[in-house]
Amino acid sequence: MIFQPKILPAGDQAILIELGKEIKPEINQQVHYLAQLLEKRASLGIKEIIPSYSSLLIYYDPAQISFNAVSDLVQNFLHENSPRPYTPPVIKEIPVVYGGEYGPDLEFVAQFHGLTGAEVIKIHTSQTYLVYVVGFSPGFAAMGTVPEIIQTPRLPTPRTKVPAGSVGIGGKQTGIYAVESPGGWRLIGRTPLTLFDLHNEPPSFFKAGDYARFFSIPAEDFSLYQEQKRKVF
Amino acid sequence: MIFSEIANFMIEVIKPGIFTTVQDLGRWGYQRYGIGTAGALDSFALTAGNLLLGNGEEAAGLEITFAGPLLKFHQNTLVAITGADLNPRLNGQPLPNWTVCSVSAGSILSFGPRKSGVRAYLTVWGGIAVPPIMGSRSTYLLGHFGGLEGRPLKAGDLLPLPPCPFKGPELAGRSLPISLHPAYQRNPCLRVILGPFADYFSAEGQEAFLTSTYTITPQSDRMGYRLHGTPITRAINEELITCGLANGTMQVPPDGQPILLLADRQTIGGYPIIATVINADLPLAAQCAPGDKLRFQATTLREAQAAFQNLWGNLRRFLQSI
Repeated sequence: MIFQPKILPAGDQAILIELGKEIKPEINQQVHYLAQLLEKRASLGIKEIIPSYSSLLIYYDPAQISFNAVSDLVQNFLHENSPRPYTPPVIKEIPVVYGGEYGPDLEFVAQFHGLTGAEVIKIHTSQTYLVYVVGFSPGFAAMGTVPEIIQTPRLPTPRTKVPAGSVGIGGKQTGIYAVESPGGWRLIGRTPLTLFDLHNEPPSFFKAGDYARFFSIPAEDFSLYQEQKRKVF
Repeated sequence: MIFSEIANFMIEVIKPGIFTTVQDLGRWGYQRYGIGTAGALDSFALTAGNLLLGNGEEAAGLEITFAGPLLKFHQNTLVAITGADLNPRLNGQPLPNWTVCSVSAGSILSFGPRKSGVRAYLTVWGGIAVPPIMGSRSTYLLGHFGGLEGRPLKAGDLLPLPPCPFKGPELAGRSLPISLHPAYQRNPCLRVILGPFADYFSAEGQEAFLTSTYTITPQSDRMGYRLHGTPITRAINEELITCGLANGTMQVPPDGQPILLLADRQTIGGYPIIATVINADLPLAAQCAPGDKLRFQATTLREAQAAFQNLWGNLRRFLQSI
């Protein structure tokens, strides 16, 4: 079934463009593509865009551009037949210390699926993930799709404090908490990389549409990476 | 910091009040990185104060909640207090709201028992001069940055001010006529645009939302107001895919009790959205307290945008005319 894009008012100064009802790489890539087009070719009156899994929220200034004009713009972009410009995927390599104090839920995830911790690590590091969305908290990167054999439901009660850099599994997704915040994902490891820095522009290490690949590092290298990160990354 | 090191130009916080933060009109352009806009909940009141003082609309002021701080001015300047009436006094003498007042160095600004509304804005000539982060001086509590170290004021804080060149109080006494104030009230009817996911709710649920009253619970803050009233029942139990959230979004978790999302909301969320409060009416919501009751009335995009242009257009026109 082909999903007809929906263009809906989200209040009097924002528009929601829904491109699908599923979390799928193809739909998400369309979201990022549309966001790019809107940014490059339609700045007047468009204040800000929040791309998400299968939709975009566009903030606009009705004094400068009407709902119908934004809507037409989006329709035109969606119907354009011109080939998409090729943008090479950005793959970011993420060192992670798995298990122990860095990943307190690794054992739970392993037991939940009848695996060993080492097997969970092997599976988690075996593929490249698409960053569907950055949000929930500053710099938080939500990625997918996690191989089915390690998909794990979220905690029944979220932790009140999850340390920055924590790598978690939440259902079909994996992701990294960029700043300390509350959170309900199962924590399997932690990266020494700084994923949110006010002095960077943009301050978030990940942007939606990036790709990530995790690799396992020993706990004793955690601080080493923290010291080196500025030079390496 | 010892007293001799204190800059000449500043406000000293003697008592912080219940919850006082530095806010401007918000940090725009970074929601895609998970960074919320923050900003004044009653952006109209903040802007009115700034424009009365001749400041730019981007100037930062203090958002003062329920019970105000005790502040000492270390320089001559001009201030305007707008929004809620929290009984402001300068050296013990009552200060009128929505009016420019001159303040001399050494003066003490205090607040008494709350008269009406919840959030007052203290705007100062030139604006509070904390360094902007990502283009805004707003305090972003979730991110722990902006304003003063990303937190509410505490005793001993020093708020930097630009030196005020006005010797004579030529702006003093400038006031916003009552006809231009928002229609603040304890139990307002807020206009909404239905959707974008009103069809997730049953006909009875939608009717309950538009005909009954919802009480603001104590679990309400700058992120949002949790409301309590007739549950809004669902028609579709399908889960919503997380999407971007506009200011004023009314999301409904599975318990059917709506949440009105405000300036410190998360950037994205996954509960179905029954409606969005229009921007012209968000200042009214900002002045309501736990225990106050809200009603909701559907309006059209055209009316909502006209109401916004009216509210802000009248303010700007008035201030250009004086």
